[in-house]
Amino acid sequence: MANVMQSGGRKRGRGREVRTGPLIAPAVLPLIVWAFVPLAVSLWFSLLHYNLLDPITRFAGFDNYSYLLTDPSLLDALWNTLALVVGVLAASIGLGCLFAVLLDQEFYGRSVARLLVIAPFFVMPTVSALIWKNLLMHPVNGLIAYITRSLHLGVIDWFGSWPLTSVGIIVAWQWVPFATLILLTAIQSLDREQVEAARMDGAKSVSMFFFITLPHLARPIAIVIMIETIFLLSVFAEILVTTNGGPGDASTNLTYLVYKTALLDFDVGGGSAGGIVAVILANVVALFLVRTVARNLD
Amino acid sequence: MAHVELRTVRKSFGALEIIKGVDLEVKDREFVVFVGPSGCGKSTLLRMIAGLEEITDGEVLIDGVRVNDVPPDARGLAMVFQSYALYPHMTVADNLGFALRLASVARQERSAKVLAAARILQLEPLLERKPGQLSGGQRQRVAIGRAIVRNPKVFLFDEPLSNLDAALRVQMRVELAKLHRELKATMIYVTHDQVEAMTMADRIVVLNQGRIEQVGSPLELYHRPANRFVAGFIGSPTMNFVEVTATTVSDQGVAIQLPGGAVMTVPVDGAGVSIGDKLTLGARAEHLKVAPSGVLRGEVMVVERLGGLTYLYVQLTPADLITVHAEGDLPVKVRDVVSVALEPKSAHLFRRDGAAIRHLGGGPPAT
Amino acid sequence: MAMRRKTKRKIGMTVLGWAVALLVAFPIFWMTLAAFKTEIDAIATPPLLFFSPTLENFAEVHSRADYPVFAANSIFISVSATAVAILLALPAAYAMAFHPSKRTKDLLLWMLSTKMMPAVGVLIPMYLFFKAAHLLDTTYGLILIYILMNLPIVVWMIYSFFRDVPKEILEAARMDGARPLQQVSMLLVPLALPGIASTALLSIILCWNEAFWSINLTATQARPLTAFIASFSSPEGLFWAKLSAASLLAIAPIVIFGFMTQRQLVRGLTFGAVK
Repeated sequence: MANVMQSGGRKRGRGREVRTGPLIAPAVLPLIVWAFVPLAVSLWFSLLHYNLLDPITRFAGFDNYSYLLTDPSLLDALWNTLALVVGVLAASIGLGCLFAVLLDQEFYGRSVARLLVIAPFFVMPTVSALIWKNLLMHPVNGLIAYITRSLHLGVIDWFGSWPLTSVGIIVAWQWVPFATLILLTAIQSLDREQVEAARMDGAKSVSMFFFITLPHLARPIAIVIMIETIFLLSVFAEILVTTNGGPGDASTNLTYLVYKTALLDFDVGGGSAGGIVAVILANVVALFLVRTVARNLD
Repeated sequence: MAHVELRTVRKSFGALEIIKGVDLEVKDREFVVFVGPSGCGKSTLLRMIAGLEEITDGEVLIDGVRVNDVPPDARGLAMVFQSYALYPHMTVADNLGFALRLASVARQERSAKVLAAARILQLEPLLERKPGQLSGGQRQRVAIGRAIVRNPKVFLFDEPLSNLDAALRVQMRVELAKLHRELKATMIYVTHDQVEAMTMADRIVVLNQGRIEQVGSPLELYHRPANRFVAGFIGSPTMNFVEVTATTVSDQGVAIQLPGGAVMTVPVDGAGVSIGDKLTLGARAEHLKVAPSGVLRGEVMVVERLGGLTYLYVQLTPADLITVHAEGDLPVKVRDVVSVALEPKSAHLFRRDGAAIRHLGGGPPAT
Repeated sequence: MAMRRKTKRKIGMTVLGWAVALLVAFPIFWMTLAAFKTEIDAIATPPLLFFSPTLENFAEVHSRADYPVFAANSIFISVSATAVAILLALPAAYAMAFHPSKRTKDLLLWMLSTKMMPAVGVLIPMYLFFKAAHLLDTTYGLILIYILMNLPIVVWMIYSFFRDVPKEILEAARMDGARPLQQVSMLLVPLALPGIASTALLSIILCWNEAFWSINLTATQARPLTAFIASFSSPEGLFWAKLSAASLLAIAPIVIFGFMTQRQLVRGLTFGAVK
């Protein structure tokens, strides 16, 4: 007795009242196009020898891929990508938990302190990269250099000697607050009665943390991991503004590699192949995460 | 005239059938209560009458007109929701007048009707407040007021008192009964509380798992339950049930053997009952009395003293614990052994399948 | 006795909490200071904590011909993309919240999964498409991408806020004679307005801070603040104070927005999984 599906709509209407197809279509149809068409084009390009500097475009089969997969740059980029993601995740979860527990305690001016801890997440990535690069990590004029010099520890050439780590610090500085915010919200939704019952049973701070807080946080932590991974795989601006992927490939991640190949070397075919690899990587990670971690999502 | 009729109404959600064929007639100006345990379908039935749920099969008629396909606001009904469903961002006055505003009624007329409804429910001082500033009881009255303003043929109530505390509930029961007399409207009321049903209804509809178990006046249901379910549902405390065996069948009734060995003849129609049949004896706590010549004997396990009356929980056998009503000052203690008497006329017998065996002498005793 | 122990603990926590807070927020604080220094002061060694503040950097930033253009671009892009996304999302969220079907949950999850696609995977097709359609270096091009980028979150958040409105209120309105459109406009939207507002703020924040498409698809005219700041990646010693001033102006509104909507942000950022 429900109305027949509208063409283009994805929902069955409900009897006599409201037809949902035309309500949902304007939001869903563009997304369908966005999700499939550019990707399909990328796939097609990756099979071509197509360079904006080269007048001839011809079908190349899997040439781009075999070139890519034997290119040491790709392996470096993959490794850097993984290292960056895992490193920032570890910092986010570790520090995020600690900060969240800390901010859950009662102390004077807690709400302002909370704002301060969360603020970095809202700073534009380009601005944050520049703050760190010029004001803090700069080997001559930066604050850190000043501090280490005063302590007679010499000067660390952050972006020269530790490019990936430096980028990681900048990225972590932005994402630890995110994790803190999420986990703090989750802690505050912890049933007070459970905490009180545990206290009656004799739980002090540390055991309270391990036996009550942490298990409750298991789910939010899983969510933080999933969401951060999506974004961390695509770190771009911080690298562009600080190291440009260098020295060499030391701080190039997959995203930056594709950018370089496509927009700097004008290699559409090769860049597309790299892009497809990035998509495959993202899907593999997503699948893995969804399988192991999202069982209780929603 | 506001006469509601349900003909073989069914409701399914996918493969699950919630309402399994209901036939019912609600007469003009009647106060009918749908009562039953959670999940029996009473709210679903109400919502189908309201038009908020689609009717899978069967017909709903209001004043003889089929309304299956008529939208809710065109059926001439008004509903009071369990959670009141007041519009939180509007004042009480706006809440009351919302339906009129949607119907493009002129402001003058609207205010007049709102004021009239407010007067009936003593809401005048609250008209400019928002629901968030009202107490539970006040919100409930606004919800009722909203229904009154629409001047409906039939009022529908979906468990309106269940969110109120006990004292307020009793007070509102009285007010609703008064309202019914004042407005002279047909009212269909859903509740899981059989006390509300008993005290307010002209007729009660007992529902269980999507079917009507029995329809009748409160006293009919109390004295002549059609089956074990209704007998156990109506009346507080719950009726006592004891498994017994039929020993003889005569035109005096059916004689049964009680736990403890005594035999009692219950004046019911013995047709279809054979000697040796396993039956269920039903006896309400208020029909059991502690008396030296009682047919039942047992040890008192718990004594509940309420002041004016006392409830004794007597263990007849390891399997049978019964509730016995006693006077407030009865000197009984835990672990006393008492004998309990039962007037045969007040006893009920039920077959294996739960159906009640018809009492000889017909209907409920005259009040 | 317990009082004193509790106060001691509170003081201890205060010290610890503020130490962490100041440490984490320090870079922002340091940049804010730099914005008020003269260029000489900004690169002074030892770094100055105390100095005579000046507003000359802000004045210069405002007097530049191009900074207001970049700021205007950021504003225009963020607000437009958000407005359109919300307009598209409202009917969809309504349909999914109040007339769900078996596939509603799957649809929502699919929508979220489109965000998992790395932007870099479609960088080239989008670049070439924009080039062919003359959308490169236009605000409209960026707006288009941002709408698609944020639609899943916007739909999900509004859906979740719609579901918070008790169904019975809308049913009562229906009994009162309100048609679906009236139910939405007179009841649903006013009641869900705070949620819709925070959704809008979150979308604005995400658009404003977006630093991949904005850098790659704009050049001079449509360039928003993210790309403008990015163009100063080569260190020029005499420039830091002004850069700090410009950066401060660029991030201030968003950081404030972020503070205002923290609670609801969590819901949006975790796709409703954490409330």
